[in-house]
Amino acid sequence: MALTGLEIFKLLPKGNCKKCGMPTCLAFAMQLAQKRAKLEDCPLVSEEAKEKLAAAAAPPMRRIVFGSGEHQVQVGQETVLFRHEEKFHSPTAVATTVSDTLTGEALTDRLNTAKALQFERVGTQIGIKAIAVCNESGSAEAFAKTCAAVKESCDLALILVSDLPEAMAAAVKQTAQCVPLLAGARTNTADGMAKIAKDAGCPLVARAGSLEELVELSEKIKAAGVEDIVLNLEAPTLSDQLYGLSRMRVLSLKKVFRPLGYPTLSFVGDGEATRQGAIAISLACKYSGIVVLDTAEPWVNLPLLTAVMNVFSDPQKPVQVEPKVYAIGEPDENSPVMFTTNFSLTYYTVESDVENSRVPSYILVVDTEGTSVLTAYSGDKLNEKTVAQAMTKHGVEDLVKHRKLIIPGYVAVMSGKLEEATNWEVMVGPRECSMLPKYLQEVWK
Amino acid sequence: MPIPEVADGFTGSVTRLALGTGPDEGGTRTSTVVVGGSQNVVYGGAPADAGERPVIAMDVLDVRPADWPDVLLGPFDRVADDPADWAKMCVEDCGADLVCLKFDGVHPDKADKDAEHAVRVTEAVLNAVGVPLVLWGSGNDDKDNQVMPKVSGAAKGERCLIGTVTEDNYKSLTAIALADDHCLITEAPLDINIAKQVNILVSDMGFPLERIVTFQSTGGLGYGIEYAYSIQERQRLAALGGDKMMAMPAICDVGYESWRCKEAKLDEAPGWGPTENRGPMWEAATAVCLLQAGVDIIRMRHPKAVATVKAFIDELWNGSSEA
Repeated sequence: MALTGLEIFKLLPKGNCKKCGMPTCLAFAMQLAQKRAKLEDCPLVSEEAKEKLAAAAAPPMRRIVFGSGEHQVQVGQETVLFRHEEKFHSPTAVATTVSDTLTGEALTDRLNTAKALQFERVGTQIGIKAIAVCNESGSAEAFAKTCAAVKESCDLALILVSDLPEAMAAAVKQTAQCVPLLAGARTNTADGMAKIAKDAGCPLVARAGSLEELVELSEKIKAAGVEDIVLNLEAPTLSDQLYGLSRMRVLSLKKVFRPLGYPTLSFVGDGEATRQGAIAISLACKYSGIVVLDTAEPWVNLPLLTAVMNVFSDPQKPVQVEPKVYAIGEPDENSPVMFTTNFSLTYYTVESDVENSRVPSYILVVDTEGTSVLTAYSGDKLNEKTVAQAMTKHGVEDLVKHRKLIIPGYVAVMSGKLEEATNWEVMVGPRECSMLPKYLQEVWK
Repeated sequence: MPIPEVADGFTGSVTRLALGTGPDEGGTRTSTVVVGGSQNVVYGGAPADAGERPVIAMDVLDVRPADWPDVLLGPFDRVADDPADWAKMCVEDCGADLVCLKFDGVHPDKADKDAEHAVRVTEAVLNAVGVPLVLWGSGNDDKDNQVMPKVSGAAKGERCLIGTVTEDNYKSLTAIALADDHCLITEAPLDINIAKQVNILVSDMGFPLERIVTFQSTGGLGYGIEYAYSIQERQRLAALGGDKMMAMPAICDVGYESWRCKEAKLDEAPGWGPTENRGPMWEAATAVCLLQAGVDIIRMRHPKAVATVKAFIDELWNGSSEA
């Protein structure tokens, strides 16, 4: 939490030496509090004061990084409770479990299934970010061996899940250079796990059943020298877990309660794939920085990853689709051509209704900087010139033999100028694109 | 270190509203549904602050759906020509809390059915099931203004949830819903200012605020759900802040929106898993996502999706160790 001017003043030398350029230390403190001065301007400030001031300036939720290279995963550093207040910063990392009881072909199969959980949406790659290797065998040797095998065959970040310090130590020895997340320390293993994490420079998960225990554990781990901590609240019920995560988020952001100022990890557990999917979405929306699922079904992971992508999108920046010609169905030289804007919501609605019409068509997407039809028109981003330019740029003339262009009903007013600018015959489409199927089936024919 | 206290400082709450009337209140419903009442944001404070548990209204169409993908129509194929049987299946087999009778067939561009048809369907469904009904127009203003007042009359005294009314078309349905003692759905196009405006217009006609449910429009998962998500969160925060014009329970249309999505219905999609699992999961995921933002009534379609969401709600609402 930011310190007040008076709190800062107490940490200053109070000699009024004026070397900072201010008449008094109090005046300098006030400027510091308002971030108009820098602490370095004071030549006499103590190391202790520097530390305290730096700590106060640290973000309320720490940023934690694990994995290496281009598969590095970043979680934490969230600043708000609701996305509309600013935005969520670190999309929830989805991880898939791999048991260390698997060997040979079974292990390869499981890894291949997990590795296939990568999808493309709106030109963006979304996919699972980590493999959580679980020490179900209870054997340190098997755990280390499986971790090494996973590391060899898969670039994704690793989460090492074991309650046995000796198993963890053995696995870390095999994987330390790719900075796995160690899951983790419990009250009874805190010392051993903290030492392993500290020596290897890996972040460590604190695992406890209640907020009180979690606070105690995270303080203990920090005191043992581990700065990078992830919190795992293992509440007895789903309700306890979700309410607990929300309380942790409020405490870390609104109260700047440092022992809980870390990102969170949640295990979704077993149960039906559909149950895992529903719970994982809930956890991702409500403040779990990492969710670990047992199910590697694509039909569960795709909607989960899509939900994460949507909820973590920047509300200030409209999602855009690439401006180009989209072929819906298998259009030919006689198929209808229409245009819309590159605001994703606008485009998707049009696309969906054109698909429903079952009339193969071309949709030309005009770059309107992510605004809808009416907004773009009012802002002069959608006019006869931008449409004509887009038609030329994307070679619309070569796609069809006819010269008829369907335009959104809302911009019927631009018909005349557009005909002049393009020499195409303009057909005014419906205002609401839910009427497109009927329009394409009946009017276009 | 002791954990600091967190005070929310919310002064308002979401309105509580009861749907359906039994014989003691002049209706014929065998079960009633209460929604709303939340005094905090989703998972804020304690489970006791969350108000009533969210409910599922399963869609029943007045005519056989013309454009539903096979995976969705399959479970209803046997009953799709008979709304009464369809409604029965939703309640008896799927455990729907409400039945949402959607008058698609009334739309002039679809089956263009008349008011007489709509009244017949309404009466048949009222006879077939005991849960409260949601009565939802076709979306064509002129036609709905002809048909929905008659539908309202046919269900008079049953305390249905009827809609929708919009900024441009609210007068006739508001007046008749008021007279027939129904609850009303006010609709806005993902615009929180218009949402409030419709509520003001309707209440200016004397319609009680505590009988309104808001419909902010819904975006499907992957297709604009984030807009609906943030609007629902802002609506909840407005309610908690004491804004009476935004304190209504919220309904969302997950069934229609999610089954428009390519991911739900595309058959040939290598690497996405089979449609018979993927479609229902897409619908369930859309519903669960919106539940995190704070909605009270979810319109849904596929039995498997309903089962997933019901199980989630049950686990969440039955399972606090503090309760």
